[in-house]
Amino acid sequence: MNMRVKGERAFKVVGTRPPRPDGVDKVIGRALYGADVSAPGMLTGHILRSPHAHAEIVSIDTSAAEALPGVKAVITSGDFGVPEDSALRDVQDHCMARGKVLYDGHAVAAVAATSPAVAKAALKLIKVEYRKLPHVTDVDEAMKPDAPVVQSGLVHETVAPGFSENVTSYCEFGHGDLEAGFAKADRIIERSFTTAATHQGYIEPHACLASMNADGKADLWCCTQGHYHVRAVCSAILGMEASQLKVTASEIGGGFGGKTTVFIEPVALALSRKSGRPVKMVMSRDEVFRATGPTVATSTDVKIGMTKDGRITAAEARLRYSGGAFPCGTVEMGAQAAFAPYDLDAVRTYGWNVLTNRPKEASYRAPGAPQAIYAVESVVDELCLELGLDPLDVRVKNAAQKGTLSSYGPTFDDIGLMATLEAAKAHPHWSAPLGPNQGRGFSAGFWFNFGGNTCVTLNINTDGTVSVTEGNPDIGGSRASISQMAAEELGVPYEKVRTVIGDTTSIGHSDITDGSRVTFAVGLATIKAARDAIQKMCSRVAQIWGIDEEAVVWEDGYVKPASPNAGDFKPMSIEEIAAISFQTGGPIAGHHEVNAEGAGVSFGVHIADVEVDPETGATKVLRYTVFQDAGKAVHPDYVEGQMQGGAAQGIGWALNEEYIYGEDGRLQNPGFLDYRVPVASDLPRIEPVILEIPNPGHPYGVRGVGETSIVPPLAALSNAVSRALGVRMTRLPMSPPTILKAVSAAGV
Amino acid sequence: MKVKIWGSLRRFTDGRGELEVEAKNFKQVLDGLAEQYPGLKPQIERGVSLALDGRIYRESWFAEVRPDSEVVLMPYMTGG
Amino acid sequence: MKSIHVAATINGDPAEFVCEPQETLLDVLRNRLGLTGVKEGCGTGDCGACSVTVNGRLVCSCLVLGGEVQGAEIGTIEGMADADRLHPLQQSFIDNAALQCGVCTPGILVAAEALLKKNPDPTETEIRYWLAGNLCRCTGYDKIVQAVQDAAQQMRGA
Repeated sequence: MNMRVKGERAFKVVGTRPPRPDGVDKVIGRALYGADVSAPGMLTGHILRSPHAHAEIVSIDTSAAEALPGVKAVITSGDFGVPEDSALRDVQDHCMARGKVLYDGHAVAAVAATSPAVAKAALKLIKVEYRKLPHVTDVDEAMKPDAPVVQSGLVHETVAPGFSENVTSYCEFGHGDLEAGFAKADRIIERSFTTAATHQGYIEPHACLASMNADGKADLWCCTQGHYHVRAVCSAILGMEASQLKVTASEIGGGFGGKTTVFIEPVALALSRKSGRPVKMVMSRDEVFRATGPTVATSTDVKIGMTKDGRITAAEARLRYSGGAFPCGTVEMGAQAAFAPYDLDAVRTYGWNVLTNRPKEASYRAPGAPQAIYAVESVVDELCLELGLDPLDVRVKNAAQKGTLSSYGPTFDDIGLMATLEAAKAHPHWSAPLGPNQGRGFSAGFWFNFGGNTCVTLNINTDGTVSVTEGNPDIGGSRASISQMAAEELGVPYEKVRTVIGDTTSIGHSDITDGSRVTFAVGLATIKAARDAIQKMCSRVAQIWGIDEEAVVWEDGYVKPASPNAGDFKPMSIEEIAAISFQTGGPIAGHHEVNAEGAGVSFGVHIADVEVDPETGATKVLRYTVFQDAGKAVHPDYVEGQMQGGAAQGIGWALNEEYIYGEDGRLQNPGFLDYRVPVASDLPRIEPVILEIPNPGHPYGVRGVGETSIVPPLAALSNAVSRALGVRMTRLPMSPPTILKAVSAAGV
Repeated sequence: MKVKIWGSLRRFTDGRGELEVEAKNFKQVLDGLAEQYPGLKPQIERGVSLALDGRIYRESWFAEVRPDSEVVLMPYMTGG
Repeated sequence: MKSIHVAATINGDPAEFVCEPQETLLDVLRNRLGLTGVKEGCGTGDCGACSVTVNGRLVCSCLVLGGEVQGAEIGTIEGMADADRLHPLQQSFIDNAALQCGVCTPGILVAAEALLKKNPDPTETEIRYWLAGNLCRCTGYDKIVQAVQDAAQQMRGA
């Protein structure tokens, strides 16, 4: 069999914008999300949460709750074992406190009852005796040697002595001679920045329905970015074999990294095991804010030296990230990403992870990168202002390109940063006039992108249509793009292909939908599965024709003789081949199971115009343009959607969103009224400009696109506001009080 | 062949940022490093990625490395 | 607590239900009547995912008690399409890729339909302010605004 390879690939389906397969279900309200299913005999589960930021649990008395009519099970940490694996133990302890509560909202007990009203009444009957402990919620305070210790014994060997035990890990990246580099600079700027923790803010709260039978078999329905991961974690926590737990991913109402772990799922399973009944749990928005993953809160120092003509001579950053009460590696990502857009001779980043009395960090879109790049891009902007240089020209002058030794170690292959910079420079937005109190900000952004474990089964149905089964929950339209890639490879219309997400028993393990990996990795596996099916179809037809397998070729959905020499045969269509599959050896399917590697890094740059009201401190975003390298945009609508959606989240982060803790260590704004995400009237049009610099590691050149777009808005907005006010902003969010304070401190 | 490590691991490699190991694939790189520099073991056990000629491989033991490959050890990556 | 018996019209059909006094209309629609197209995002009237109409007025069903709707006409996302023919707004949302995860979509569609009934030719700014009570975290609103504009234009032409 031959694959007819064309030079410059002309795509037929990839790059078009067909309707998404889940569209109708979603616009008529029929799509089933986490909270939308029920089971006969179902109970309602609710969780009792700590009102304290840090306290020892002296005792829990559940007897009164258990005695309440309608209560079928009450559990505490005593209903779980203590996992040996530290990462698993952290996840379990986050789901249900063991010995100590570590943050406001930490779960201490759970009940399952015949109605929500009974369950809530039962929570009030659980008596918990706490002994309050000193707490710390600020990252810099938590590093001091005399800070209250959140958890002991978790310090990695990488941490130098002299810090609080809250500092659990340290990392350092970079190359070159910093001292020599700074000596060459005409101007050096050193500044400190802070960013508040923000929440992914998905509109669908976590929800699940768990049902465990007396024989130990269990079914779990839940909204998650990775149901195989849910299976692995829940079965380990519950002491089950993975094969006995079937997890089905519901439609997911937003994730952005926040649904890459478990919160209520092991609790619901344990309640079901204890009560012998199905248990449904749905978090309230208050619970989502208090007990599920915000991103890290950060404090950063950046020092950059530049020559008069705009060449960066040396750069360093010190990053202190807190991922809450449990260790997390996000600072490593930030420390690697901080200077990725630059080609530097001397660069160093240092990162510390710090424990605080806050909920455990969960990944949030390019975890760790926005905060680091915000600080770096702010200092670059200030240098440009002071030296009278065009910020875009300076980025071009210092841009990382193919062959650049990156600040985190590897040498870059083909990357699209320069293309995005050139597109930004040529765009009318860059040269449009500005009015009074207005400013224009610019920032570059970067994300690594991953591949990872992926399974795809592609069935050729007997009528010649195609069913693709994959294992990655669709959070941004991936079923459409996967169907497109299958259709492209098979040479059949998009409408002939339907892609579904299988449950954990349908196909093998698939990694979480994260790291912008799905269109890349599942797409890669789908193309390979299609090729596997094509090979089988070619083989069947060659046998029918009685010619060599090498003498047939697959083209546009047909098996054809490879050349006139192969014989004079009428091409056979996929429909014809499928129709006789029973007679030619049985049903035809293609498979591919792989740990996909070769994901290509992604760069993007954003331009933001703002107007700041100096009287009120309110900022209005006037115009916003996103330029991003997609490698190859399989479904341009959903690529644009990722670029616009990430930008909107970043704008919220820059201007409003913030976890606010009181002196008592309690979260003061656990609701959408006080934790204000951007609404339609807050935003202008967000214009997306897609660049396509193919990733050499993918047959169609696909790179991940989901995460890079949240990286540049923080600095783009901060630089715009700083230029509008004539005052350098150094903390996020730039809410009106923060802006007014900065203006009055600068005496402008 | 040469393997570059990140800065904070140099504490466990007598200050060296570039290490020599005999290896034909990712697994042999990790085994070689852990054997020569036992101080790297805790990090390797926690998880590492490997950048091979600029591309990131998170786990693939059998990813082939050649003597002229650029091999960079990186922390295990997670995303959102 | 004494349950309340309520008779109302839902999406044009007569409906009866019994609910507890503290139950919200949202809970009733979802848990007693199986209308799970109505979503709960916050329970405090801040996100708009539970938007429905009561006697033609756009409300957050989490802020209305089930016991309050005696005799009322209630409209939900489930009543928007005409049998298998999608409402122009629904079709426009698909055509414009105006949804990603889709969990805010039912509320936004109900809100947008209420807008177009009041104002068949809204400006972009009017659309943005009308939909300011409906949070979407995926799209950045661009394609939603475009979808409403396209549908409005089509409906004016029809």
